[in-house]
Amino acid sequence: MSNENWQLYEIFIRSAKGLSHRHVGSVHAADPEMAIEAARDIYTRRNEGVSIWAVPSSAITASDPDAAEELFEPAKSKIYRHPTFYEIPEGVENM
Amino acid sequence: MYTTDLRSAEEKRKAARAKVVEDPEKLAEFQARIDRDEFIEPKDWMPEAYRRTLIRQISQHAHSEIVGMLPEGNWITRAPTFRRKLILLAKVQDEAGHGLYLYSAAETLGVARDELVDQLHEGKAKYSTIFNYPTLTWADIGAIGWLVDGAAITNQIPLCRCSYGPYARAMQRICKEESFHQRQGYEAMAALMRGSKEQRRMAQDAMNRWWWPALMMFGPPDSVSIHSAQSMKWKIKRYSNDELRQRFIDATVPQAHAIGLEVPDPELKFNEETGHWETGPIDWDEFWAVVAGDGPCNYDRMDARRSAHDEGAWVREAAAAHAAKRAGTRAA
Ligand SMILES: [Fe+2]
Ligand SMILES: [Fe+2]
Repeated sequence: MSNENWQLYEIFIRSAKGLSHRHVGSVHAADPEMAIEAARDIYTRRNEGVSIWAVPSSAITASDPDAAEELFEPAKSKIYRHPTFYEIPEGVENM
Repeated sequence: MYTTDLRSAEEKRKAARAKVVEDPEKLAEFQARIDRDEFIEPKDWMPEAYRRTLIRQISQHAHSEIVGMLPEGNWITRAPTFRRKLILLAKVQDEAGHGLYLYSAAETLGVARDELVDQLHEGKAKYSTIFNYPTLTWADIGAIGWLVDGAAITNQIPLCRCSYGPYARAMQRICKEESFHQRQGYEAMAALMRGSKEQRRMAQDAMNRWWWPALMMFGPPDSVSIHSAQSMKWKIKRYSNDELRQRFIDATVPQAHAIGLEVPDPELKFNEETGHWETGPIDWDEFWAVVAGDGPCNYDRMDARRSAHDEGAWVREAAAAHAAKRAGTRAA
């Protein structure tokens, strides 16, 4: 018997308290609990994590790279959303 | 080694015949992205040949990590001290992890891990030739960590910047873990060299047997390695086989001398002008024979892999049964 029909899970790890979970790779497992156990062995052998998320790969919807231009363009043109856009008189501090 | 194309001439011809015609505009755009040092990610458009080259290289690399556990695993139960045993266990476990990071990276290219593992077990896939040599004494474990992992690191550091994102990220993780592998091996060799006459003889014997195969890990000389040009253009490979091999030689020869080991090469000499160590000729016939299956342990390695897979079938069955039972409890 092979593990052909095992789900692929994407693994996210929180590296230290206070930081968000970050994608580190994937594992194959028969169920979500075993995915966590496998991820523990594969991705945290050196204390890399304090928390693991396992998400079925099939549950992830990703943006289309070919549509990236239209998707991100609206933000690109709005430079006034950054503090560096504004001029402040010389000598004014703490802003 | 990992960037080396180990296919036979016939296999390469077959692949060339299967060429797909790509849209020249898309190709140019793709190359421009690579030239700008952008990373290519799984869902991005990529030429079929790029995808195939990566699947072959990453899976070959993954297989090497997995088969690479066998020669060292041979000594876990016979490590000379408890300290050495813990270290060796941790190292071999790391190699399993490396194999899995890499299968995971390969899967982002649209190939299933099962398929890749089947190819290995059916003898259709290649892995690094170095793992077809036997580990005859404990000193071989020191020599492998120091020389084989040392050569692997030299090869792998540039791969951390390769153009395919998931491969580059897997390599960064691997490189971080590799440095202990090399140091523990060198430490074990140094300990033997401080030991009895018999222990020093054992260390030198391991050095004599592993030195040349370690140099071969970088693949055939640039003069005959035609496949590299395209991989260089795609930034899958950043330095030539000979460049990397020279880097390894220059770093390793002084390390050997520092602990009193001789390099088994009567023609070895330091070129004052270039600042490089120059070696005698490498026996490439031996390399190609091992690639073709005539290494001392090719058969044993594949046999061990297949029986591990077959004898582990009950674990996969038990996992499936356990998952089904747990799902039932959840539903109830
Ligand atoms: Fe490794
Ligand atoms: Fe290693």
